[in-house]
Amino acid sequence: MWIRMLAAMLVATLLLIALLSANPDYRLFMPGLLEGAVLTVEITLLGAVLAVFMALTAALAKLYGPLPIRWLSTTYIEIFRGTSALVQLFWLYFVLPQFGVFLDAFVVAVLALGLNIGAYGAEVVRGAIISVARGQWEAAIALNMSKAQMLRRIILPQAFTAMIPPWGNLFIELVKSTSLVSLITLADLTFKAQQMNQSTLKTVPVFTLVLLMYLAISLTVTIAMRLLEQRASRGLTRGRVA
Amino acid sequence: MNDMPMVRFENVSKRYGALTVLDSLNLDIGRGEKVSIIGPSGSGKTTVLRMLMTLEAINDGVLWVDGEPMTHMLQNGKLVPATTKHIRRIRAKIGMVFQSFNLFPHMTAMGNCIEAPITVLGMKRSEAEERAAELLNMVGLSAKKDHYPSQLSGGQQQRVAIARALAMRPKIMLFDEVTSALDPELVGEVLQVIRKIGREHDLTMLMVTHQMGFAKEFSDRVCFFYQGKICEQGSPAEIFGNPKNERTRQFLNAVLEAG
Repeated sequence: MWIRMLAAMLVATLLLIALLSANPDYRLFMPGLLEGAVLTVEITLLGAVLAVFMALTAALAKLYGPLPIRWLSTTYIEIFRGTSALVQLFWLYFVLPQFGVFLDAFVVAVLALGLNIGAYGAEVVRGAIISVARGQWEAAIALNMSKAQMLRRIILPQAFTAMIPPWGNLFIELVKSTSLVSLITLADLTFKAQQMNQSTLKTVPVFTLVLLMYLAISLTVTIAMRLLEQRASRGLTRGRVA
Repeated sequence: MNDMPMVRFENVSKRYGALTVLDSLNLDIGRGEKVSIIGPSGSGKTTVLRMLMTLEAINDGVLWVDGEPMTHMLQNGKLVPATTKHIRRIRAKIGMVFQSFNLFPHMTAMGNCIEAPITVLGMKRSEAEERAAELLNMVGLSAKKDHYPSQLSGGQQQRVAIARALAMRPKIMLFDEVTSALDPELVGEVLQVIRKIGREHDLTMLMVTHQMGFAKEFSDRVCFFYQGKICEQGSPAEIFGNPKNERTRQFLNAVLEAG
């Protein structure tokens, strides 16, 4: 049901973009904005991969690592959750070079946003893991599984289902934070929009299109997560009655 | 080694803070013996099974399984606390069925039964499936093998759980109030399966139960626990027919009155 409604919204958004770009005033900006949108999507996708990796690693480290590893993980989570993503971007892009470390702007964008969202994600993953019923661990022990086997085969698959909705939120947060990378010289959707707005002063067409493009990207993310949720909850919640 | 009992609790104690749940328990369970543990709630009876399954650590004493210490290991003739590896080697001999079934909800009945044989024992998938199919047939659930736990009744889930435990070929099976979470009309089908495996498999069985009728008919020995100790034990005829201890009598009267 929800997925159909979301899909309808996405189609409507895309149609609106197509309709608007029939107007020459709007069409003028399309190629540049699409270019920016591609970069936004690239940073989102790579950032998401890094975020999921960091979140899993940090959560498992915080839950099951030896003490120093647990500290390290907590430090990472608190620093990247507790400071602004913009400051993190600036740090990696403008401050690190002062210490002789030069990173490409694109790399910095993926790194900063991935680490930032990953820190939030770590708590999502941790929460999902500890929400798996105790009896599941006990059954796995009774079947003589090793800790790694329990996690991999029993606990994480169940935690995975519980963590999909909050991850949906985080990915949308990620889409929106990519606009910050315009401040470290990357020509993403927001950067392109500002550039075109400044050179043409056609504020309404430029920012209308940008708004719709962000919405289209976010809706796509939401739909993908809903589909994933449906697939993952097979047998878990709404089992067909035998 | 065969003169050793299958399970031996040697001065085993369990405490939670100031609360002593089990007080220096000594209990031997022979090979192939069927032992029922009864007693009021809080008497420590479930803790006995949970310690044996290594779900609870013990505070004192030594737990022996099949002639070897499980909670400890011999090093230069002395008992030292066991490593995880040692515990897993011994634990392989024990299977357990829980009050709340604890099936893996993301796997079908078949998936539940082949998971550990494949990941833990390294069995080939085809071999594991063949064995699981036999066991599911034995518990009367061949037709439900592709169903998820959420699609099964409580009694069916518990029967899958029994098949899952047997798939690991344990020597000892622990049953922890396995019918307590079931609707009354489903109790019979689960007890029927336990009777069957008692007959057909050469298993040592240890069960905590509130089904006095079943304990009486099925067990070789009944242990009555009270306040962390074995208050009285003996054959079902002795315990149910002629209990010597006042506590046992009170408990049995209360249980029988409740029906």
